[in-house]
Amino acid sequence: MAIVVKRPKLKWWEQLYIPGIISGMRVTLGHFIKIVSGRKKVTMQYPEEKWDDQLPEHYRGAPALVTDEQDRERCVACQLCEFICPPRAITIKPEEIPGDDKWAKVEKRPKAFDIDMIRCIYCGLCEEVCPEQAIFLRKDYAITGTSREEMVHNKSKLYEIGGVRVGLVNKWNELK
Amino acid sequence: MSEEKSDLIDVQINGEWHSFPKGTRMIEACREAGVEVPHYCYHPKLTSPGNCRMCLVEMGMPPRPRPGDDPPEPDEEGHLPISWIPRPAIACANTIAPNMGIRTESEMTEECRKGVMELLLANHPLDCPICDQAGECSLQEFSVEHGKGESRFREQKVKKPKNVEVGPRIRLDDERCIMCSRCIRFTDEIADDPVLGFTDRGSHTVLAVYPGRELANNYSLNTVDICPVGALTSNDFRFQMRVWFMKETKTIDTNCATGANITVFSREDKIYRITPRQNNDVNSDWMPDSHRLNFHWIESEARLTDPLVKKGGVHEQAGWQEAIATSADKLAGLEGSEIAIIASARMTNEELLMTNRLVKHLKAGHVDTVARNGEADGYLISADRNPNTNGVKLVLGLDNPGSQIEAIKKGIEQGRIKAVIALQENLVDDAGFSAELLAKLDFLFTTYPLANPTADAAHVVLPGAGWAEKSGTMINVTGRLQRLNKVIDGPGQTLEPWEIIRDLIQATGGGNGIYAVTDIFKQLTQEVSEFKDLTWGQIGDLGIPLIETGETIPLLEREKERVAKGLIVG
Amino acid sequence: MDWQIIIAASIKIVVFVFLVTLPLVAMSVWAERRVSAAIQDRVGPNRVGPAGLLQAVADGIKFLLKEDFTPDHVRKGYFWLAPALVMVPALMTSAVLPFGSSLFGERMVIADLNVGPLFVFAVASLSVYGIVLAGWASNSKYPFLGGVRSTSQMISYEISLGLSVVPLIMIYGELNLSSIVQYQAENGWALLPLWGEGLSFKGFLLTIPIVISFIVFMTSMFAETNRLPFDLPECETELVAGYHTEYSSMKFALFFLGEYAAMIIGSGLAVTLFFGGWSLPFGWLTPETVDAAVPWWHGLIHIGTFFAKVIALILFFIVIRWTLPRFRYDQLMRLGWVFFFEIALFNVVLTALLMWWLA
Repeated sequence: MAIVVKRPKLKWWEQLYIPGIISGMRVTLGHFIKIVSGRKKVTMQYPEEKWDDQLPEHYRGAPALVTDEQDRERCVACQLCEFICPPRAITIKPEEIPGDDKWAKVEKRPKAFDIDMIRCIYCGLCEEVCPEQAIFLRKDYAITGTSREEMVHNKSKLYEIGGVRVGLVNKWNELK
Repeated sequence: MSEEKSDLIDVQINGEWHSFPKGTRMIEACREAGVEVPHYCYHPKLTSPGNCRMCLVEMGMPPRPRPGDDPPEPDEEGHLPISWIPRPAIACANTIAPNMGIRTESEMTEECRKGVMELLLANHPLDCPICDQAGECSLQEFSVEHGKGESRFREQKVKKPKNVEVGPRIRLDDERCIMCSRCIRFTDEIADDPVLGFTDRGSHTVLAVYPGRELANNYSLNTVDICPVGALTSNDFRFQMRVWFMKETKTIDTNCATGANITVFSREDKIYRITPRQNNDVNSDWMPDSHRLNFHWIESEARLTDPLVKKGGVHEQAGWQEAIATSADKLAGLEGSEIAIIASARMTNEELLMTNRLVKHLKAGHVDTVARNGEADGYLISADRNPNTNGVKLVLGLDNPGSQIEAIKKGIEQGRIKAVIALQENLVDDAGFSAELLAKLDFLFTTYPLANPTADAAHVVLPGAGWAEKSGTMINVTGRLQRLNKVIDGPGQTLEPWEIIRDLIQATGGGNGIYAVTDIFKQLTQEVSEFKDLTWGQIGDLGIPLIETGETIPLLEREKERVAKGLIVG
Repeated sequence: MDWQIIIAASIKIVVFVFLVTLPLVAMSVWAERRVSAAIQDRVGPNRVGPAGLLQAVADGIKFLLKEDFTPDHVRKGYFWLAPALVMVPALMTSAVLPFGSSLFGERMVIADLNVGPLFVFAVASLSVYGIVLAGWASNSKYPFLGGVRSTSQMISYEISLGLSVVPLIMIYGELNLSSIVQYQAENGWALLPLWGEGLSFKGFLLTIPIVISFIVFMTSMFAETNRLPFDLPECETELVAGYHTEYSSMKFALFFLGEYAAMIIGSGLAVTLFFGGWSLPFGWLTPETVDAAVPWWHGLIHIGTFFAKVIALILFFIVIRWTLPRFRYDQLMRLGWVFFFEIALFNVVLTALLMWWLA
């Protein structure tokens, strides 16, 4: 159904556009002067100024693996994060924990755990799906590299970012 | 089943009347009516001890009138009213009776299932993230459908042995076991190797192997398949890949002439495991371990990936066109009687038809395949270890495959045969050709998936696809035509053998219009009388009987006997 | 003609065109980005050099080093010719602009033509060929539409642009731009008749048609240089990038520079015609005649004055761009043909009547 848009009826001086142009320029020049004179500041000069201490609690940065207080890797390579990951950034190779290992009773661990940070979209579904509370999105946001290989975070890198999570980590409590 | 009306019994399932033959189990009747009754211990190929209690349903019969009362009035369809019995019955071990009523969705049935689930889960560990069965676990599925969602069990769970080696290929986790006894019954009834049993009866019941024995028979991995939970796991597949990632391809086993129906699980062109697929005319629900595990060579380092042409005594990588053109050049100067073609009974009917064309086209004087014979094991493994010997007889037209090999050897020795085309066969290792003998040839052409001594001696070596990388049809020992389906792509420049033979025929001046394996099948139906009027789709997943061979599969015969005795459903 | 004149002309061309105008183009790109950023509460390029002043250099190097990609489906010859056809006319018009009085006895104009404004319009209208060729040779739909749009837009507004200058020429009675500037220096700028003969009833009365001329001239200038609010040939929301969609690297840079060069030359022309060119207000430091020798520091001040006025007008161009939204194409054509054309015509008649009455 066609909708007839009602056009405003302009006065003759409005039709000259000139008053409109002038009032428009008053707005733009107002902003211009405020910014140039330094009375208003909106942008943060990123590499020099950082917002790390202003990051909100729920900030979603680079995903990382964590160990528990006994230095056990929490991940058991169930591959649910690999399954849920929308851009398929996660690749896991599971392996059996050898019998002489301290944690042999856990039976399974990731042999390789790669997250392609070029693909990662920081959605946090991996954290949400993880039944072992082993993967968390940390506050690291400046993930850079000069090659594709460098942008793939392997297991050791992920544990380096993740560190240790002490105590009962319940993903729904206020700890995160 | 008899067609006669008198053998059919009317049963009411969830309010609707159905007819089933006499003697049908209640659970099978429900399944045929489209109603799933959850179960753990019941398996149609095994006896029914009725010990899991998951299949409890509400049952009813027509009321029996007290003496003096009027018998109940049948309605206009002749069905009597049903009076429901307050005690539930197991659906797996009870057979149907005339005018019986079954309710699988009533409140009582749901309560029963909920209670059974709660008891089963009381001691079950919550290690689904580790357990290989997760994703295809009946306990997971039924706890979602019928479970409570939370546990009232506040006590310590019972600790039982975990990670027990019960056999060379199988690991047992007793905590996960729900005591359905399917594995015990399988080893006893099917594999005739009763080494498993329950000990420490009570709340500490564990599945155990008889002292001093181990679960090592050649059918042991079937227990892993029928285990409804993750108690029995395969060492080979353990922790390799989660089941939900894998693509399932229905195909057939090519390790012997039985042609067991299988499902191949693969992900990103890598095969992770093979499981048997039910086909009551070929392999029932089972397959031997030796055949099941014979797929790791597909990823071998020794795979041929590119066509090779021998130049100055050294194999050099070449393109397909160059390799085929070189072969055509070499073959062009030879008489038909100087050429021998050794095909393989591991090839599909389509490939054999193309081989037949090649034979006629080159007027080759000598044709044969390599025979592989072993011991039949009295279960599923056939004495003939080639999957398509019947196809060779039918399509390639050899009456006695393997009988000409010695004559060909002699021909090479005497210099009468100057060129050999070996298709998908390793002549040195499998047919007893010596390297010195092959060195006498002017031209040796070979296709094979793996590097081998024959390829070392060959002038042209081509990477031919293995069984998982090609499609086609094969005829098993009982004369059943079955489909082999492509599971993964071959490595590198691997081509399917029929493509190689087609290109060779074309390069030596023969024409054809074949672009897909189904094109060859169409020609098969026109050229071989047994295949007349068949279509590719008609063969289906389970195959169709094509010829009479008089051969039987021992395991199926015994299964038929048990069905006849009413021990199992079948 | 002797060699001294040739050398002097060459020096003027090199200095004025290549050392002043082109850097000014680069600087106005920088100014555009910084000013637009400030208007939108952003920062703008501030990393390369002090306050980002060297951003233009960095951009230039980037344009030079980028792959000069020519799509397969284009008409190669015309495709390559088009950017040059945009850039060259824009710079050629600068030949007749007097950018100062005189320095060391040399007149600060490259070619002191007696038909200055006519030359400017004649040459400036050539740049439409560049755009049309670019649009047509690209062999793709968006550039083609952009090219078609720009043709009709430029032809339409050239009429009102030319007509808007006629009243001025009638008042000055002169087509030589140097003489026009000298006249304004002595008798008050066209828009600011506050000294000399301009400070009279006649001067004030003639300001009415001049203001009308100015408005029409400036608006047409926006349309001629394809600046917002009239940048329909390249409007991003409809045509991706208009006629230069298929261009990359230095060829794209030539279009880009051509647009800014045209803006600078247009500003120079407006300054010359309406704001007294290089002259200071109130007749300060005015030379005796057009040819009179002036002290060298007078000459430098005049050059400085001219560029100060030009830069002010460029800033006006920039602020307008970030203030007004784009016109619709039918509105643009309506404005050109139905209003400005008539207004300019009427203005010519009005000027003639006023001059007849005042004479």
